[in-house]
Amino acid sequence: MSKLARMQEAMSRLVHDGDTVVMEGFTHLIPFAAGHELIRQRRKDLTLVRLTPDLIFDQMIAAGCARKLVFSWAGNPGVGSLYAFRRAVEQGIPQPLELEEYSHFGLALRLQAGAAGVPFLPTRNFAGSDLPRVNPQIRRVTCPHTGEELWSVPALCPDVAILHAQRADEDGNTQVWGLVGVHKEAAFAARRVVVIVEELVSSEVIRRDPNRTLIPGLRVHAVVVEPFGAHPSYVQGYYDRDNDFYARWEEISHDPGRLAQYLDEWVFGVPDRHAYQQKMPATYERLRAREIPCAPVNYGY
Amino acid sequence: MSQLTTDATTYEMMVTTAARMLRDGEVVFVGIGIPNVAVNLARRTRCPNLVLIYESGAIGAQPDRLPISIGDPALVTGALGICSMPEVFQYYLQRGLIDVGFLGGAQMDRFGNLNTTVIGDYHKPKTRLPGSGGACEIAALARRILIVMAHKRRSFVERLDFVTSPGYLDGGDARQRLNLRGGGPQVVITDLGVLTFCTETREMVLESLHPGATLEQVRENTGWPLRTAAKLAVTEPPSTEELRVLRDELAARGAAS
Repeated sequence: MSKLARMQEAMSRLVHDGDTVVMEGFTHLIPFAAGHELIRQRRKDLTLVRLTPDLIFDQMIAAGCARKLVFSWAGNPGVGSLYAFRRAVEQGIPQPLELEEYSHFGLALRLQAGAAGVPFLPTRNFAGSDLPRVNPQIRRVTCPHTGEELWSVPALCPDVAILHAQRADEDGNTQVWGLVGVHKEAAFAARRVVVIVEELVSSEVIRRDPNRTLIPGLRVHAVVVEPFGAHPSYVQGYYDRDNDFYARWEEISHDPGRLAQYLDEWVFGVPDRHAYQQKMPATYERLRAREIPCAPVNYGY
Repeated sequence: MSQLTTDATTYEMMVTTAARMLRDGEVVFVGIGIPNVAVNLARRTRCPNLVLIYESGAIGAQPDRLPISIGDPALVTGALGICSMPEVFQYYLQRGLIDVGFLGGAQMDRFGNLNTTVIGDYHKPKTRLPGSGGACEIAALARRILIVMAHKRRSFVERLDFVTSPGYLDGGDARQRLNLRGGGPQVVITDLGVLTFCTETREMVLESLHPGATLEQVRENTGWPLRTAAKLAVTEPPSTEELRVLRDELAARGAAS
Protein backbone atom coordinates (compact mmCIF):
# COMPACT_ATOMS: atom_id res chain seq x y z
CA MET A 1 0.00 0.00 0.00
CA SER A 2 1.34 3.39 -0.89
CA LYS A 3 2.50 5.49 2.05
CA LEU A 4 2.90 8.65 -0.01
CA ALA A 5 1.71 11.74 1.78
CA ARG A 6 2.00 15.50 1.43
CA MET A 7 4.15 17.22 4.04
CA GLN A 8 1.27 19.12 5.58
CA GLU A 9 -0.84 16.01 5.95
CA ALA A 10 2.01 13.79 7.23
CA MET A 11 3.00 16.29 9.93
CA SER A 12 -0.57 16.90 11.12
CA ARG A 13 -1.42 13.20 11.16
CA LEU A 14 1.75 11.83 12.74
CA VAL A 15 3.16 14.58 15.00
CA HIS A 16 1.04 15.74 17.96
CA ASP A 17 1.50 18.44 20.59
CA GLY A 18 3.54 17.04 23.48
CA ASP A 19 5.20 14.31 21.41
CA THR A 20 8.85 13.30 21.69
CA VAL A 21 10.20 13.87 18.19
CA VAL A 22 13.60 12.82 16.89
CA MET A 23 14.65 14.68 13.70
CA GLU A 24 18.06 13.32 12.84
CA GLY A 25 20.76 13.81 10.23
CA PHE A 26 24.35 14.59 11.26
CA THR A 27 25.06 17.80 9.29
CA HIS A 28 23.80 15.77 6.31
CA LEU A 29 20.06 15.23 5.59
CA ILE A 30 18.58 17.55 8.23
CA PRO A 31 14.78 17.63 7.71
CA PHE A 32 14.33 21.42 7.51
CA ALA A 33 11.19 21.26 5.35
CA ALA A 34 9.47 19.17 8.04
CA GLY A 35 10.68 21.50 10.79
CA HIS A 36 9.26 24.48 8.92
CA GLU A 37 5.92 22.72 8.47
CA LEU A 38 5.74 21.95 12.22
CA ILE A 39 6.40 25.64 12.91
CA ARG A 40 3.65 26.63 10.44
CA GLN A 41 1.27 24.22 12.18
CA ARG A 42 2.21 25.81 15.53
CA ARG A 43 3.06 22.45 17.09
CA LYS A 44 3.91 22.95 20.78
CA ASP A 45 5.24 21.29 23.97
CA LEU A 46 7.45 19.01 21.90
CA THR A 47 10.42 17.16 23.37
CA LEU A 48 12.92 17.61 20.57
CA VAL A 49 15.70 15.05 20.15
CA ARG A 50 18.84 15.57 18.04
CA LEU A 51 22.54 15.03 18.66
CA THR A 52 23.16 18.48 17.18
CA PRO A 53 20.12 20.79 17.53
CA ASP A 54 21.54 22.84 14.63
CA LEU A 55 19.61 25.68 12.98
CA ILE A 56 16.48 23.54 12.65
CA PHE A 57 15.91 23.32 16.41
CA ASP A 58 17.14 26.89 16.93
CA GLN A 59 14.25 27.91 14.65
CA MET A 60 11.74 25.59 16.34
CA ILE A 61 12.80 26.78 19.80
CA ALA A 62 12.43 30.43 18.70
CA ALA A 63 8.99 29.63 17.27
CA GLY A 64 7.85 28.20 20.61
CA CYS A 65 7.51 24.54 19.53
CA ALA A 66 9.82 23.08 22.18
CA ARG A 67 9.30 22.30 25.87
CA LYS A 68 12.37 20.13 26.26
CA LEU A 69 15.57 19.38 24.36
CA VAL A 70 17.49 16.09 24.41
CA PHE A 71 20.87 16.73 22.78
CA SER A 72 24.65 16.41 22.85
CA TRP A 73 26.16 19.42 20.99
CA ALA A 74 24.30 22.71 20.56
CA GLY A 75 26.37 24.98 18.36
CA ASN A 76 26.46 26.27 14.78
CA PRO A 77 29.23 24.04 13.35
CA GLY A 78 32.29 26.02 12.35
CA VAL A 79 30.44 29.32 12.98
CA GLY A 80 29.41 29.87 16.60
CA SER A 81 26.32 29.84 18.77
CA LEU A 82 22.68 28.91 18.38
CA TYR A 83 21.32 32.08 19.95
CA ALA A 84 17.63 31.10 20.18
CA PHE A 85 18.74 28.01 22.12
CA ARG A 86 20.93 30.19 24.34
CA ARG A 87 18.16 32.74 24.96
CA ALA A 88 15.84 29.93 26.03
CA VAL A 89 18.43 28.37 28.36
CA GLU A 90 19.99 31.55 29.73
CA GLN A 91 16.88 33.78 29.92
CA GLY A 92 13.81 31.57 29.43
CA ILE A 93 12.87 33.37 26.16
CA PRO A 94 10.35 32.74 24.57
CA GLN A 95 9.81 30.06 27.24
CA PRO A 96 12.02 27.98 29.53
CA LEU A 97 13.61 24.96 27.88
CA GLU A 98 14.25 21.83 29.90
CA LEU A 99 17.56 20.20 28.97
CA GLU A 100 18.54 16.55 28.99
CA GLU A 101 22.16 16.46 27.93
CA TYR A 102 24.49 13.70 26.75
CA SER A 103 27.64 13.32 24.72
CA HIS A 104 27.24 12.17 21.10
CA PHE A 105 28.17 8.62 22.08
CA GLY A 106 25.67 8.63 24.95
CA LEU A 107 22.72 9.87 22.89
CA ALA A 108 23.55 7.65 19.90
CA LEU A 109 23.62 4.70 22.31
CA ARG A 110 20.18 5.63 23.73
CA LEU A 111 18.68 5.41 20.24
CA GLN A 112 20.56 2.18 19.55
CA ALA A 113 19.12 0.63 22.73
CA GLY A 114 15.64 1.76 21.65
CA ALA A 115 16.18 0.30 18.20
CA ALA A 116 17.45 -3.00 19.62
CA GLY A 117 14.61 -3.44 22.10
CA VAL A 118 16.78 -3.57 25.23
CA PRO A 119 16.28 -1.28 28.28
CA PHE A 120 19.84 0.10 28.34
CA LEU A 121 23.28 -0.21 26.80
CA PRO A 122 26.65 -0.01 28.56
CA THR A 123 29.59 2.23 27.69
CA ARG A 124 33.14 2.90 28.85
CA ASN A 125 32.41 6.61 28.59
CA PHE A 126 31.44 9.19 31.25
CA ALA A 127 33.85 8.34 34.11
CA GLY A 128 35.33 11.59 35.41
CA SER A 129 32.85 13.80 33.54
CA ASP A 130 30.24 15.99 35.27
CA LEU A 131 27.58 14.92 32.75
CA PRO A 132 26.22 12.10 35.00
CA ARG A 133 25.97 14.63 37.85
CA VAL A 134 23.53 16.84 35.89
CA ASN A 135 21.80 14.01 34.04
CA PRO A 136 20.60 11.23 36.38
CA GLN A 137 19.71 9.07 33.36
CA ILE A 138 23.43 8.30 32.97
CA ARG A 139 24.05 5.63 35.60
CA ARG A 140 26.69 3.20 36.73
CA VAL A 141 26.24 -0.46 35.96
CA THR A 142 28.23 -3.53 37.01
CA CYS A 143 28.88 -6.11 34.32
CA PRO A 144 27.25 -9.37 35.53
CA HIS A 145 29.92 -11.40 33.70
CA THR A 146 33.20 -9.67 34.61
CA GLY A 147 32.24 -7.48 37.56
CA GLU A 148 33.59 -4.45 35.70
CA GLU A 149 32.13 -1.04 36.55
CA LEU A 150 30.71 0.65 33.44
CA TRP A 151 28.24 3.42 32.74
CA SER A 152 24.88 3.04 31.03
CA VAL A 153 22.16 4.99 29.27
CA PRO A 154 18.50 3.99 28.98
CA ALA A 155 16.72 3.18 25.72
CA LEU A 156 15.06 6.12 23.99
CA CYS A 157 11.89 5.33 22.03
CA PRO A 158 10.56 8.61 20.59
CA ASP A 159 6.93 8.94 19.48
CA VAL A 160 8.03 10.00 16.01
CA ALA A 161 11.19 9.94 13.89
CA ILE A 162 11.42 12.41 11.01
CA LEU A 163 14.25 11.51 8.64
CA HIS A 164 15.38 12.97 5.31
CA ALA A 165 16.95 10.67 2.68
CA GLN A 166 17.98 10.56 -0.96
CA ARG A 167 15.30 8.20 -2.26
CA ALA A 168 12.56 5.76 -1.34
CA ASP A 169 9.83 3.78 -3.03
CA GLU A 170 6.20 4.44 -2.15
CA ASP A 171 6.26 1.69 0.49
CA GLY A 172 8.98 3.59 2.35
CA ASN A 173 11.99 1.41 1.53
CA THR A 174 14.57 4.14 1.96
CA GLN A 175 18.09 4.34 0.56
CA VAL A 176 20.80 6.59 1.94
CA TRP A 177 24.42 7.17 0.99
CA GLY A 178 27.01 9.50 2.44
CA LEU A 179 26.96 10.11 6.21
CA VAL A 180 24.29 8.01 7.89
CA GLY A 181 24.58 9.40 11.44
CA VAL A 182 21.96 7.72 13.63
CA HIS A 183 19.23 7.52 10.96
CA LYS A 184 18.82 3.77 11.23
CA GLU A 185 18.76 3.77 15.04
CA ALA A 186 16.18 6.59 15.08
CA ALA A 187 13.97 4.77 12.55
CA PHE A 188 13.99 1.51 14.52
CA ALA A 189 13.62 3.21 17.93
CA ALA A 190 10.62 5.42 17.15
CA ARG A 191 6.96 4.39 17.27
CA ARG A 192 6.10 6.25 14.05
CA VAL A 193 8.44 7.09 11.17
CA VAL A 194 8.14 9.78 8.50
CA VAL A 195 10.65 9.65 5.67
CA ILE A 196 11.20 12.67 3.45
CA VAL A 197 13.05 12.10 0.19
CA GLU A 198 14.55 14.01 -2.68
CA GLU A 199 13.27 11.43 -5.17
CA LEU A 200 10.60 8.80 -5.37
CA VAL A 201 11.84 5.68 -7.16
CA SER A 202 10.24 2.39 -8.12
CA SER A 203 10.66 -0.72 -5.99
CA GLU A 204 12.65 -2.09 -8.93
CA VAL A 205 15.34 0.57 -8.33
CA ILE A 206 15.45 -0.31 -4.62
CA ARG A 207 15.68 -4.03 -5.33
CA ARG A 208 18.57 -3.50 -7.77
CA ASP A 209 20.74 -2.30 -4.83
CA PRO A 210 19.39 -3.73 -1.54
CA ASN A 211 22.60 -3.06 0.42
CA ARG A 212 21.88 0.65 0.15
CA THR A 213 18.51 0.38 1.93
CA LEU A 214 19.00 1.87 5.41
CA ILE A 215 15.36 1.97 6.52
CA PRO A 216 12.97 -0.81 5.44
CA GLY A 217 9.44 0.11 4.45
CA LEU A 218 8.05 -2.00 7.28
CA ARG A 219 9.22 0.71 9.73
CA VAL A 220 7.83 3.63 7.72
CA HIS A 221 4.40 5.23 8.17
CA ALA A 222 4.61 8.03 5.60
CA VAL A 223 6.78 8.94 2.63
CA VAL A 224 6.94 12.61 1.66
CA VAL A 225 8.63 13.61 -1.59
CA GLU A 226 10.22 17.01 -1.01
CA PRO A 227 13.11 18.01 -3.28
CA PHE A 228 15.50 20.53 -1.64
CA GLY A 229 13.81 19.60 1.66
CA ALA A 230 17.07 19.47 3.62
CA HIS A 231 18.33 22.97 2.66
CA PRO A 232 20.35 24.71 4.17
CA SER A 233 21.88 21.35 5.16
CA TYR A 234 22.90 19.08 2.30
CA VAL A 235 22.10 15.87 0.49
CA GLN A 236 25.07 13.92 -0.88
CA GLY A 237 24.80 13.66 -4.65
CA TYR A 238 22.02 16.29 -4.82
CA TYR A 239 23.16 19.61 -3.31
CA ASP A 240 25.95 21.00 -1.13
CA ARG A 241 25.55 22.50 2.32
CA ASP A 242 24.66 26.20 2.20
CA ASN A 243 27.61 27.30 4.31
CA ASP A 244 26.87 30.97 3.53
CA PHE A 245 23.46 30.64 5.12
CA TYR A 246 24.90 28.87 8.19
CA ALA A 247 27.33 31.80 8.55
CA ARG A 248 24.49 34.33 8.16
CA TRP A 249 22.44 32.54 10.84
CA GLU A 250 24.93 33.87 13.42
CA GLU A 251 23.57 37.42 12.91
CA ILE A 252 19.98 36.39 12.28
CA SER A 253 19.64 34.27 15.42
CA HIS A 254 21.56 36.79 17.55
CA ASP A 255 18.75 39.33 17.08
CA PRO A 256 15.24 38.14 18.06
CA GLY A 257 13.70 40.72 15.70
CA ARG A 258 15.65 39.47 12.71
CA LEU A 259 14.90 35.89 13.62
CA ALA A 260 11.17 36.67 13.72
CA GLN A 261 11.50 38.38 10.33
CA TYR A 262 13.26 35.31 8.96
CA LEU A 263 10.45 33.03 10.17
CA ASP A 264 7.83 35.43 8.74
CA GLU A 265 9.45 35.49 5.33
CA TRP A 266 10.82 31.96 4.88
CA VAL A 267 8.52 29.82 7.05
CA PHE A 268 5.13 31.51 7.58
CA GLY A 269 5.48 33.45 4.32
CA VAL A 270 5.56 30.33 2.12
CA PRO A 271 2.97 27.55 1.95
CA ASP A 272 5.46 24.74 1.38
CA ARG A 273 9.02 23.77 0.44
CA HIS A 274 8.36 24.18 -3.28
CA ALA A 275 7.52 27.86 -2.77
CA TYR A 276 10.61 28.21 -0.53
CA GLN A 277 12.82 26.81 -3.27
CA GLN A 278 11.16 29.02 -5.93
CA LYS A 279 12.17 32.04 -3.84
CA MET A 280 15.88 31.16 -4.20
CA PRO A 281 16.54 29.83 -7.71
CA ALA A 282 20.15 31.05 -7.74
CA THR A 283 20.88 29.26 -4.46
CA TYR A 284 19.80 25.92 -5.84
CA GLU A 285 22.00 26.41 -8.92
CA ARG A 286 24.97 27.41 -6.73
CA LEU A 287 24.66 24.32 -4.54
CA ARG A 288 23.89 21.65 -7.12
CA ALA A 289 26.17 18.60 -6.71
CA ARG A 290 28.77 17.49 -9.23
CA GLU A 291 28.42 14.03 -10.80
CA ILE A 292 30.77 11.57 -9.09
CA PRO A 293 29.09 8.17 -9.60
CA CYS A 294 30.34 4.97 -8.00
CA ALA A 295 31.33 1.86 -9.93
CA PRO A 296 28.48 -0.63 -10.35
CA VAL A 297 28.61 -3.93 -8.47
CA ASN A 298 27.42 -7.33 -9.55
CA TYR A 299 24.53 -8.74 -7.50
CA GLY A 300 24.42 -11.88 -9.66
CA TYR A 301 24.94 -15.41 -8.42
CA MET B 1 65.83 33.91 14.26
CA SER B 2 65.14 33.17 10.65
CA GLN B 3 63.08 35.21 8.25
CA LEU B 4 60.41 32.54 8.48
CA THR B 5 59.96 32.97 12.20
CA THR B 6 58.89 36.58 11.96
CA ASP B 7 56.91 35.71 8.86
CA ALA B 8 54.76 32.96 10.36
CA THR B 9 51.55 34.01 12.08
CA THR B 10 50.57 32.69 15.51
CA TYR B 11 47.87 30.66 13.80
CA GLU B 12 50.45 29.04 11.50
CA MET B 13 52.71 28.40 14.47
CA MET B 14 49.93 26.56 16.32
CA VAL B 15 48.85 24.55 13.28
CA THR B 16 52.41 23.49 12.44
CA THR B 17 53.23 22.56 16.05
CA ALA B 18 50.08 20.44 16.24
CA ALA B 19 50.84 18.78 12.88
CA ARG B 20 54.32 17.79 14.10
CA MET B 21 52.86 15.87 17.05
CA LEU B 22 51.43 13.31 14.61
CA ARG B 23 53.30 10.22 13.39
CA ASP B 24 52.81 8.70 9.97
CA GLY B 25 50.31 5.86 9.86
CA GLU B 26 48.44 6.92 12.98
CA VAL B 27 44.66 6.86 13.22
CA VAL B 28 43.48 10.35 14.12
CA PHE B 29 40.05 11.46 15.31
CA VAL B 30 39.70 14.90 13.74
CA GLY B 31 37.72 17.89 14.96
CA ILE B 32 36.95 21.21 13.31
CA GLY B 33 39.14 24.34 13.42
CA ILE B 34 42.90 24.20 13.95
CA PRO B 35 43.04 20.38 14.44
CA ASN B 36 41.41 19.95 11.07
CA VAL B 37 44.00 22.14 9.37
CA ALA B 38 46.86 20.55 11.33
CA VAL B 39 45.88 17.04 10.33
CA ASN B 40 45.48 18.02 6.69
CA LEU B 41 48.88 19.78 6.80
CA ALA B 42 50.51 16.66 8.27
CA ARG B 43 48.86 14.50 5.63
CA ARG B 44 50.29 16.68 2.86
CA THR B 45 53.80 16.82 4.35
CA ARG B 46 55.36 14.26 6.74
CA CYS B 47 52.47 11.86 7.26
CA PRO B 48 50.93 10.76 3.95
CA ASN B 49 49.57 7.60 5.60
CA LEU B 50 47.58 9.24 8.41
CA VAL B 51 44.10 7.77 8.66
CA LEU B 52 41.60 10.57 9.25
CA ILE B 53 38.46 9.55 11.11
CA TYR B 54 35.67 12.01 11.76
CA GLU B 55 33.02 11.44 14.43
CA SER B 56 30.45 11.85 11.66
CA GLY B 57 31.49 8.36 10.51
CA ALA B 58 33.90 9.20 7.65
CA ILE B 59 36.82 6.74 7.76
CA GLY B 60 40.02 7.50 5.85
CA ALA B 61 38.66 10.81 4.58
CA GLN B 62 40.66 12.69 1.92
CA PRO B 63 38.83 16.01 1.68
CA ASP B 64 39.73 18.07 -1.39
CA ARG B 65 38.54 21.21 0.41
CA LEU B 66 38.94 22.02 4.08
CA PRO B 67 35.74 20.89 5.74
CA ILE B 68 33.86 23.67 7.53
CA SER B 69 32.10 21.12 9.68
CA ILE B 70 32.91 17.55 10.66
CA GLY B 71 29.92 16.48 8.59
CA ASP B 72 31.08 18.09 5.34
CA PRO B 73 30.21 16.20 2.13
CA ALA B 74 33.86 16.47 1.01
CA LEU B 75 34.71 14.00 3.81
CA VAL B 76 32.58 11.38 2.11
CA THR B 77 33.73 11.76 -1.50
CA GLY B 78 36.83 9.57 -1.84
CA ALA B 79 36.78 8.23 1.76
CA LEU B 80 37.80 4.64 2.52
CA GLY B 81 34.57 3.96 4.30
CA ILE B 82 31.49 5.41 5.93
CA CYS B 83 29.98 4.02 9.11
CA SER B 84 27.18 5.01 11.44
CA MET B 85 27.85 7.06 14.57
CA PRO B 86 27.13 4.20 17.00
CA GLU B 87 29.77 2.27 15.03
CA VAL B 88 32.39 5.00 15.04
CA PHE B 89 32.05 5.44 18.79
CA GLN B 90 31.88 1.73 19.66
CA TYR B 91 33.98 -0.13 17.06
CA TYR B 92 36.63 2.53 16.49
CA LEU B 93 36.87 4.69 19.62
CA GLN B 94 35.69 2.39 22.43
CA ARG B 95 37.43 -0.60 20.83
CA GLY B 96 40.71 1.32 21.21
CA LEU B 97 41.56 1.93 17.56
CA ILE B 98 42.04 5.71 17.80
CA ASP B 99 45.66 6.81 18.39
CA VAL B 100 45.14 10.55 18.64
CA GLY B 101 42.23 12.82 19.51
CA PHE B 102 42.23 16.62 19.39
CA LEU B 103 40.37 18.67 21.99
CA GLY B 104 39.98 22.26 23.12
CA GLY B 105 37.64 24.12 25.42
CA ALA B 106 36.40 27.35 26.94
CA GLN B 107 38.12 26.40 30.21
CA MET B 108 40.99 24.09 31.13
CA ASP B 109 42.64 23.41 34.50
CA ARG B 110 46.22 22.38 35.34
CA PHE B 111 45.39 18.67 34.88
CA GLY B 112 44.02 19.09 31.36
CA ASN B 113 40.36 18.70 32.31
CA LEU B 114 38.18 20.60 29.86
CA ASN B 115 34.89 22.50 29.99
CA THR B 116 32.86 23.02 26.82
CA THR B 117 29.47 22.99 28.57
CA VAL B 118 28.74 26.07 30.65
CA ILE B 119 30.19 29.18 32.27
CA GLY B 120 28.59 29.68 35.69
CA ASP B 121 26.17 27.30 37.35
CA TYR B 122 24.84 24.51 35.10
CA HIS B 123 21.24 25.21 36.09
CA LYS B 124 21.57 29.02 35.95
CA PRO B 125 24.22 29.52 33.28
CA LYS B 126 25.97 32.81 32.67
CA THR B 127 26.97 31.53 29.23
CA ARG B 128 25.65 28.34 27.79
CA LEU B 129 28.29 26.65 25.58
CA PRO B 130 27.61 23.91 22.99
CA GLY B 131 28.36 20.93 25.26
CA SER B 132 30.30 17.72 24.80
CA GLY B 133 29.63 16.54 21.29
CA GLY B 134 32.15 13.72 21.00
CA ALA B 135 34.67 15.37 23.34
CA CYS B 136 33.82 13.44 26.53
CA GLU B 137 34.34 10.04 24.87
CA ILE B 138 37.42 11.15 22.92
CA ALA B 139 38.96 12.32 26.23
CA ALA B 140 38.05 9.01 27.85
CA LEU B 141 39.06 6.62 25.10
CA ALA B 142 41.67 7.91 22.60
CA ARG B 143 45.24 6.67 23.22
CA ARG B 144 46.50 10.23 23.55
CA ILE B 145 44.97 13.69 23.44
CA LEU B 146 46.39 16.84 21.90
CA ILE B 147 44.81 20.00 23.30
CA VAL B 148 44.86 23.12 21.14
CA MET B 149 43.55 26.40 22.55
CA ALA B 150 44.31 30.10 22.93
CA HIS B 151 46.29 31.01 26.06
CA LYS B 152 43.94 33.26 28.04
CA ARG B 153 43.61 33.77 31.77
CA ARG B 154 39.85 33.30 31.57
CA SER B 155 40.41 29.91 29.88
CA PHE B 156 43.39 28.61 31.89
CA VAL B 157 41.60 28.49 35.21
CA GLU B 158 42.24 27.23 38.72
CA ARG B 159 38.86 25.47 38.82
CA LEU B 160 36.45 24.50 36.04
CA ASP B 161 32.78 25.48 36.20
CA PHE B 162 31.99 22.05 34.68
CA VAL B 163 34.11 19.03 33.73
CA THR B 164 32.88 18.04 30.28
CA SER B 165 35.90 15.96 29.28
CA PRO B 166 38.25 14.35 31.77
CA GLY B 167 41.98 15.01 31.58
CA TYR B 168 43.98 13.73 34.58
CA LEU B 169 41.15 14.75 36.98
CA ASP B 170 42.88 15.60 40.28
CA GLY B 171 46.23 14.28 39.05
CA GLY B 172 48.43 11.30 39.82
CA ASP B 173 46.85 7.97 38.92
CA ALA B 174 43.23 9.26 38.96
CA ARG B 175 42.57 8.04 35.40
CA GLN B 176 43.67 4.50 36.24
CA ARG B 177 41.53 4.49 39.38
CA LEU B 178 38.48 5.39 37.26
CA ASN B 179 39.43 2.74 34.70
CA LEU B 180 39.63 5.29 31.87
CA ARG B 181 41.06 3.39 28.93
CA GLY B 182 42.58 6.29 27.00
CA GLY B 183 45.99 7.73 27.89
CA GLY B 184 44.87 11.30 28.61
CA PRO B 185 46.34 14.60 27.42
CA GLN B 186 49.88 14.46 26.05
CA VAL B 187 50.43 18.08 25.18
CA VAL B 188 48.76 21.52 25.15
CA ILE B 189 49.51 23.80 22.21
CA THR B 190 48.62 27.47 22.71
CA ASP B 191 49.33 30.71 20.88
CA LEU B 192 52.22 31.30 23.30
CA GLY B 193 53.90 27.94 23.73
CA VAL B 194 53.78 24.21 24.29
CA LEU B 195 52.95 22.53 27.59
CA THR B 196 53.32 18.90 28.60
CA PHE B 197 52.25 16.95 31.70
CA CYS B 198 54.50 15.76 34.53
CA THR B 199 54.56 11.95 34.31
CA GLU B 200 54.05 11.61 38.07
CA THR B 201 51.76 14.40 39.28
CA ARG B 202 50.16 14.87 35.84
CA GLU B 203 50.29 18.64 36.33
CA MET B 204 50.90 20.84 33.30
CA VAL B 205 54.47 22.07 32.72
CA LEU B 206 55.52 24.79 30.26
CA GLU B 207 57.98 23.14 27.87
CA SER B 208 58.65 25.73 25.17
CA LEU B 209 57.78 29.29 24.17
CA HIS B 210 56.90 30.23 20.61
CA PRO B 211 59.37 32.69 19.04
CA GLY B 212 58.52 36.15 20.37
CA ALA B 213 56.44 34.93 23.31
CA THR B 214 57.67 35.54 26.88
CA LEU B 215 57.39 33.65 30.13
CA GLU B 216 55.72 36.70 31.70
CA GLN B 217 53.01 36.61 29.03
CA VAL B 218 52.40 32.94 29.73
CA ARG B 219 52.24 33.48 33.49
CA GLU B 220 49.88 36.45 33.11
CA ASN B 221 47.56 34.34 31.03
CA THR B 222 47.54 31.28 33.28
CA GLY B 223 45.19 31.21 36.26
CA TRP B 224 47.39 29.07 38.51
CA PRO B 225 51.09 29.16 39.53
CA LEU B 226 52.49 27.48 36.43
CA ARG B 227 55.39 25.04 36.59
CA THR B 228 58.03 25.46 33.91
CA ALA B 229 60.67 23.08 32.54
CA ALA B 230 64.18 23.45 33.95
CA LYS B 231 65.34 24.54 30.52
CA LEU B 232 62.69 26.35 28.51
CA ALA B 233 62.97 25.68 24.77
CA VAL B 234 61.90 27.82 21.83
CA THR B 235 59.30 26.16 19.64
CA GLU B 236 60.62 25.31 16.18
CA PRO B 237 58.99 27.69 13.67
CA PRO B 238 57.25 26.43 10.51
CA SER B 239 59.47 25.39 7.61
CA THR B 240 59.22 26.91 4.15
CA GLU B 241 57.48 23.79 2.93
CA GLU B 242 54.96 23.78 5.77
CA LEU B 243 54.15 27.43 5.14
CA ARG B 244 53.80 26.81 1.42
CA VAL B 245 51.31 23.98 1.97
CA LEU B 246 49.41 26.01 4.56
CA ARG B 247 49.21 29.13 2.42
CA ASP B 248 49.00 27.78 -1.10
CA GLU B 249 47.22 24.47 -0.72
CA LEU B 250 45.14 24.83 2.44
CA ALA B 251 44.46 28.56 2.84
CA ALA B 252 43.34 28.69 -0.76
CA ARG B 253 40.69 26.23 0.32
CA GLY B 254 39.52 28.36 3.21
CA ALA B 255 41.86 27.06 5.90
CA ALA B 256 42.96 30.32 7.40
CA SER B 257 39.49 31.79 7.76
